[in-house]
Amino acid sequence: MAQIESNDGGGKKKKGGSKQKKVSVHVDFTPMVDMNMLLITFFMLCTSLSKPQTMEINMPTNKDVDPKHQTELKASKAITVLIAGGDSIFYYEGLPNFKDYTSLKETSYKSGGLRAYLLNRNIDAVSKINELKKKKNELKISEKDFKDQVTKLRTGPTTPTVVIKATDNSTYKNLIDALDEMSICNIGVYAIVKIEKGDIYLIKNKQTKGVYSTQFAN
Amino acid sequence: MSKIKVARKSTLIDMTAMSDVTVLLLTFFMLTSTFVKKEPVTVKTPGSVSEIKIPETNILQILIDPKGKVFMSLDKQSDMINTLEAVGKEYNMTFSAEEINAFKVQKTFGVPMKVLRGFLAQKADEQDRTLANYGIPNDSTDNQFKIWVKNARIKNRDLRIAIKADEKTPYKVIKNVMNSLQDLNENRYNLITALKAPSKQ
Repeated sequence: MAQIESNDGGGKKKKGGSKQKKVSVHVDFTPMVDMNMLLITFFMLCTSLSKPQTMEINMPTNKDVDPKHQTELKASKAITVLIAGGDSIFYYEGLPNFKDYTSLKETSYKSGGLRAYLLNRNIDAVSKINELKKKKNELKISEKDFKDQVTKLRTGPTTPTVVIKATDNSTYKNLIDALDEMSICNIGVYAIVKIEKGDIYLIKNKQTKGVYSTQFAN
Repeated sequence: MSKIKVARKSTLIDMTAMSDVTVLLLTFFMLTSTFVKKEPVTVKTPGSVSEIKIPETNILQILIDPKGKVFMSLDKQSDMINTLEAVGKEYNMTFSAEEINAFKVQKTFGVPMKVLRGFLAQKADEQDRTLANYGIPNDSTDNQFKIWVKNARIKNRDLRIAIKADEKTPYKVIKNVMNSLQDLNENRYNLITALKAPSKQ
């Protein structure tokens, strides 16, 4: 505990020439450290350091504004990504082919899977955006310019459009991962739509390697 | 008995340096962190590369737990009072001043209208314990969730909607919530995620 000792002579701290009785004060800091530890523990447990981030998302309206054939036309040029349960993900290009189960390709959330395929399809816009990034880092163009041009490239005519459909068994994480890939692969035009029976049929067919369709054939 | 005498050394350690370091750590934590809101269920949000920060005010946060229960929280207390009264009007319920007080101090709410009165009469810690078992009904037969969101929007035009769901929440639940929001013509909303770097596997 704290002590106050008085030293008549022979102490280390000698004020020059004074004949006062030297007192040396030892204050024990242990309780103070104790309190500090408690306060730190309180703050570490009750607060969070990072503010949560968000992804902005725009959904299409429910009211059918476009005539039906227009959406079909878009679908024939689009890539459809199907998110199924068990962290599995499939995609097909254009309109679905119900007769051939291999037309539905399986991929994964790893960087070699969906990302590699989309980067390949979008190679035009991706290379241009990488050039723009280099220019921004070398301060040749401003931040605002960079953003405007990136948006233009992402929604440009050569960028594929992606339609995302998720089954009921998939998890929220799967959906967010898919939306992430859109952002990483610089795809500006994508939509989350309801999954249709045809797509569920395709997935089941693929998972059973064609056995499922034979049940209907007979 | 040993004849060798060990010189007794003092065991007092000088704690000044240690308390110095702890004071610095403490100051760092006090200045850089924010208090987390008390939520009925802990939700682990999925990671995303998006770096857009969540806006601070005028937020309607929809919390969805892995079992599919929906809870809501508004950041302004005046919003909460107005929304409660508006929803009460739809169900022909009026609330006394105490019930309104009990409601507005809750951070996250989410009970069906039938049990709302009983719930508000409970004490605060009982409320915390039982809230996790409830959740606003969101099925097609009794979509109270839609009514809450509609009235919250009417009372505050600038409200922004943010959805905070657990990683493992099945898509079916999210789909229902998104469909309800689409029916109300709410097409712009945020999904709350944790920051992660793109995977380089």
